[in-house]
Amino acid sequence: MTDSNGRFGIHGGQYIPETLMNAVIELEKAYEFYKNDEGFNRELTELLNEYAGRPSRLYYAEKLTKALGGAKIYLKREDLNHTGAHKINNVLGQALLAKKMGKTRLIAETGAGQHGVATATAAAFMNMECVVFMGEEDTKRQALNVYRMRLLGAKVVPVTSGTATLKDAVSEAMREWTSRIADTHYCLGSVMGPHPFPTIVRDFQAVISKEIKAQILEKEKRLPDAVIACVGGGSNAIGSFYHFIEDKQVRLIGCEAAGRGIDTLETAATVNTGRLGIFHGMKSYFCQDQYGQIAPVYSISAGLDYPGVGPEHAYLHDIGRAEYVPVTDDEAVNAFEFLSKTEGIIPAIESAHAVAYAMKLAPSMSKDNIIVITISGRGDKDCAAIARYRGEDIHE
Amino acid sequence: MSNIKSAFKNGKAFIPFITCGDPDLETTGKIVRAAAENGADLIELGIPFSDPTAEGPVIQKANIRALSNGVTTDKIFEFVKDLRKDVTVPLVFMTYANVVFSYGTEKFISTCKEIGIDGIILPDLPFEEKEEFQPVCRQYGVDLISLIAPTSAQRIAMIAKEAEGFLYIVSSLGVTGMRSEITTDLASIVSVVREHTDVPCAIGFGISTPEQAKKMAALADGAIVGSAIINLIEKYGKEAAEPVGEYVKSMKEAL
Repeated sequence: MTDSNGRFGIHGGQYIPETLMNAVIELEKAYEFYKNDEGFNRELTELLNEYAGRPSRLYYAEKLTKALGGAKIYLKREDLNHTGAHKINNVLGQALLAKKMGKTRLIAETGAGQHGVATATAAAFMNMECVVFMGEEDTKRQALNVYRMRLLGAKVVPVTSGTATLKDAVSEAMREWTSRIADTHYCLGSVMGPHPFPTIVRDFQAVISKEIKAQILEKEKRLPDAVIACVGGGSNAIGSFYHFIEDKQVRLIGCEAAGRGIDTLETAATVNTGRLGIFHGMKSYFCQDQYGQIAPVYSISAGLDYPGVGPEHAYLHDIGRAEYVPVTDDEAVNAFEFLSKTEGIIPAIESAHAVAYAMKLAPSMSKDNIIVITISGRGDKDCAAIARYRGEDIHE
Repeated sequence: MSNIKSAFKNGKAFIPFITCGDPDLETTGKIVRAAAENGADLIELGIPFSDPTAEGPVIQKANIRALSNGVTTDKIFEFVKDLRKDVTVPLVFMTYANVVFSYGTEKFISTCKEIGIDGIILPDLPFEEKEEFQPVCRQYGVDLISLIAPTSAQRIAMIAKEAEGFLYIVSSLGVTGMRSEITTDLASIVSVVREHTDVPCAIGFGISTPEQAKKMAALADGAIVGSAIINLIEKYGKEAAEPVGEYVKSMKEAL
């Protein structure tokens, strides 16, 4: 899907300071070598299975299916992975790669804190130093995850610049990387940034769709009619879509965070409201003003609160292979509560965006149809924030 | 000979960086004129960007001050047009790729030519991506300035061979901002550059004192100073023209 310059159609590329160019070239060379290295892949698979708990279950959500009265719904349970989200798939891959490259220090950005926790976990496990950049606003929304990272031995740096959210954490991690490269790997958490990150992260997350395909063929002897996942930068979504891209009969649906609605300025729905731009190392769609100033986006979900989208999603949108739909805070919170009550599964507020769209789509489909929703993470981290959204003040 | 080359004819060049619209465009106009009158050989005008990933805290804050005071690319174009009525020193824009791309590359670059901007520096545009802007810059005769970093190593020759205007040599790892010490082996970098191009080179990032500027300029053809000037502007606000003028004078005399 990518050409040699890391392009997905017109999207992608390497729009970064010269200071980082040799670092990304070195990373690409190492990845090109290790991705086909039998020993590396054996080691990674063992980590994913024995340490992270893969393969994750593809669970038939019978109660949810009956409650919605339409398509048969399966949940891909990435929330059951070690550390509670899909982020660990990518992090174990990148940390192992960094280790092979002789790096001793990992830096990362985090929004909801899930990627930060996963990186801190891998660093602890692999005996590496770890620094996580997190928007100050997010350190308040996700205080529990800040504690988890510190517990795991990582240093958490609150970022106060800009909107003090995920985009600022990415900017700060990039700034840190330009100041210390030799011993440091930037463990980017989504399918974004300069080439080769969108490709590396996608490949490490593609295990999700590889498993879905095998599991659904075993259970249903057929492919699903739709695969639904939430999209911020888009790593769990591309992981869920990847092995279905060539299966044209499978609808691929990415759910963007619409915040208070795509007709308001308080939204983070990039494909629905943004336009083509160049930022954070890549050409893609971004929420921005007429002069190219990046917009201060908003979503209840810290993990989806990002003004851009990964270049491969921008490309899948351009060619019409995947659909990107907006889901509001209200819809996501309703879905968060609905899945908790019907199935006894508390999804991350990010994943609840995907559940919300499935709740609209499933009733319009026949009982013979099959939907797979990726539950990218568990929702424990969100309980206090959702309680506050409902007017209940609880302390973590 | 491009206008930029003429900046390097008067001994070692002193190149100040000034963010447009910090604290407002009227003050920026006074600061630019004071810098030009006091010996600046070339002036970098920053078009502020919401998320300047190559900048340290000092210039980040200047970007925020300028944007929150309502400065826009169009207002800066009008400002430069007015400036050019009496300011003859070579001027280059320093901004981020999205500011140019989002405005419409051809519309942006052709306006640069029209209002008298001689070159453009985009710190998030490495050699591999310069095709995005280079053809349009050539078409309108606006130099696209390349950067070389302490980590460039085997890339220096490739970048130098295609350099236009001047080469911006980044003195240190990390982002812009003042440093007490610059430890990169800049002499070796410059000697590789010289083997491959006649384009002059100036060193920037981390320079604030006359002593540092003298040392850096001795290694190359000029010195670039940003954060130290922005600090003065932050301190003196609307009254910054005079102290910036004095500072520029002391720096130029030291070179």
